[in-house]
Amino acid sequence: MSTLTMAKALNAGLRRALANDPKVLLAGEDIGALGGVFRITEGLQAEFGRDRVVDTPLAESGIVGTAVGLALGGYKPVVEIQFDGFVYPAFDQIVSQVSRLHFRSHGRLSVPMVVRIPYGGGIGAIEHHSESPEAYFAHTPGLKVVTCANPSDAYWMIQQAIADPDPVIFFEPKRRYHDKGEVDVDASAAPDSLYQARIARHGTDATLLTYGPMVRTCLDAAAAAEAEGRSLEVIDLRSLSPIDDATVFASVRRTGRVVVVHEAARTLGMGAELAARIQAECFYELQAPVLRVTGYDLPYPPSRTEHSFLPDLDRVLDAVDQSLAH
Amino acid sequence: MGVALPEAVAAELATSADDHLIQLLTPSGELVADEQFHYTGSDQDLVEDLRTMLLTRAIDTEGTALQRKGELGLWVQSLGQEAAQIGSARAFGSNDLIVPSYRELGVYLALGLDPLEFLGTFRGTAMVDWPTGPANLHLPSFVIGTQTLHAVGMAMALQRDGRVGNPNPDDNGAVVVYFGDGATSQGDVNEAFVFAAAANAPVVFFCQNNQWAISEPTTVQTPVPLYRRASGFGFPGVRVDGNDVLAVRAVTEWALERARSGAGPVLIEAFTYRMGAHTTSDDPTKYRSADEVAEWKAKDPIDRLRTYLLAKGLIDDAWLDGVAAEAATQAERLRTGCVQLVEPDLADSFDLVYTDTPEHLHRQRAEFEAYEASFEVNA
Repeated sequence: MSTLTMAKALNAGLRRALANDPKVLLAGEDIGALGGVFRITEGLQAEFGRDRVVDTPLAESGIVGTAVGLALGGYKPVVEIQFDGFVYPAFDQIVSQVSRLHFRSHGRLSVPMVVRIPYGGGIGAIEHHSESPEAYFAHTPGLKVVTCANPSDAYWMIQQAIADPDPVIFFEPKRRYHDKGEVDVDASAAPDSLYQARIARHGTDATLLTYGPMVRTCLDAAAAAEAEGRSLEVIDLRSLSPIDDATVFASVRRTGRVVVVHEAARTLGMGAELAARIQAECFYELQAPVLRVTGYDLPYPPSRTEHSFLPDLDRVLDAVDQSLAH
Repeated sequence: MGVALPEAVAAELATSADDHLIQLLTPSGELVADEQFHYTGSDQDLVEDLRTMLLTRAIDTEGTALQRKGELGLWVQSLGQEAAQIGSARAFGSNDLIVPSYRELGVYLALGLDPLEFLGTFRGTAMVDWPTGPANLHLPSFVIGTQTLHAVGMAMALQRDGRVGNPNPDDNGAVVVYFGDGATSQGDVNEAFVFAAAANAPVVFFCQNNQWAISEPTTVQTPVPLYRRASGFGFPGVRVDGNDVLAVRAVTEWALERARSGAGPVLIEAFTYRMGAHTTSDDPTKYRSADEVAEWKAKDPIDRLRTYLLAKGLIDDAWLDGVAAEAATQAERLRTGCVQLVEPDLADSFDLVYTDTPEHLHRQRAEFEAYEASFEVNA
């Protein structure tokens, strides 16, 4: 076991993937000598060379579009989009090409590539550096969308995403990059499937359904609730597409109450999809409506108001109170 | 056996043959003549340029200090690019529209703006702190290169409004748009070139090539000088010494006048250097050499103009002391004013999303305000 930050765990996972498979290559802006603006790729260009850790021109559509060609040429590109808000120039390539080449080619082609995107707020950044665009991608058939919430998952999930035969959008919660955790870097295989949700904390009174940066927020909320005699279960979805319905439904059937928590705006966010699935499958087990604690339906606001915008422990517990009051 | 390149094609690709750097003031502070471009301003203009450049550098230094103290979330330095920014701003006409990127402190100060009017972007009190005047200054963009297309559209509007190619130059206008070397790789910028050329739009593409896109040298973006890209799109490109305020003004005046007259777009590559970091979040020691920085420091835009003006007797030490005192006062004003910027309230954001706020946002605002109020009651 090693104690690593999420950033170091991602770095270690990428290093292991590069070492294990000569077809894996990384591409993105500033990922070489600088090691990326978040230092996720630090040292990898020195270790694996410029052909495998590629500083690209400053053009996101180009980064993703050329990765498609590399993937079709037998490589496994792992591209870095520098910040969430800069993925949109690549949106056409991702939505119209990456997601559907398998479908368009009648299954003859696959695009085994990973698009890494640091996402979410809470770091006091300027515009376009704090977005949560996961729903756009989860809405798109043909893409797999995952997000890690702790260093161990970061280490394993990035390797699993790279090994996956389909394109994976890999969201990294940038405000948690410096969170530390235990990582079994010497284990031979990941403890869980990439598409399996994890019960981050067991509880009986209500279920907090969340992912990425909000997992820690929900765990903190559950710990605070325990002091008031409330037992909250926290589910870390890990995969946003596909969703691990079985784990979600089993938890809802145990507790009967659900609060979905995410930073992204409310309308048509992951919470909407989860609420729809839960009411369809667990209608008679629900003791209260499925509630959502999310960002408001606003563009991500100026950083000095982000504490009001982002779901926090108090807002989560407020929603739990509302759920339990039913 | 290699595949031979026809001579004519090879000549087109040669990068050294005619990469003329337009320069009117050398790094050692001596005037030089250029066949095509001449400085049109007065000696007094140059004194004012030096003053603005010195104030820009002082405000820039203070911005960095405020970020280090935690009062700003981020600061984007213009260090080393003062001549490119201020020289180009001196060329603006009253009908011209100005479309900045995010590293144009010198442009703003040359326009006479108060830095406290746009500091909120970096303090996080505003998403985009956009001064209410001058009216021809567009708000800055932070997505790389996106604004170049908007600038072309604005130029197309000028064409439709009959503001281009009129016999009386006072009736004409053009658009100048700022972007960097990294942005030239973006699809948007290349599409802007296509649209501008196709429409013969009155737009001046002002590229500050500061040699570095965060950690990537310009060679990651292009094997040929950037200004030469323009000819492929069908309009002229020129490379000017971006650290020479005289040359930048002369070239930009020419390009804007040409655009206003209806002759179409120009790409100006202002060849300069980012003396500082990309932003306060960056550490350039990880990717570039001290030798390179020292080499460019010898070409500093302020040093050469100061040397020239001192030698000509247009300024003296007392004048420099006066500007230094003015700079200190302005820096102090920035320090004091920064922490006094009005703290934003998220409640004010809900009515900004649409011109006509829909019901669900009224509800979310009420929900937010009720939630905030619940703490006040409990307290």
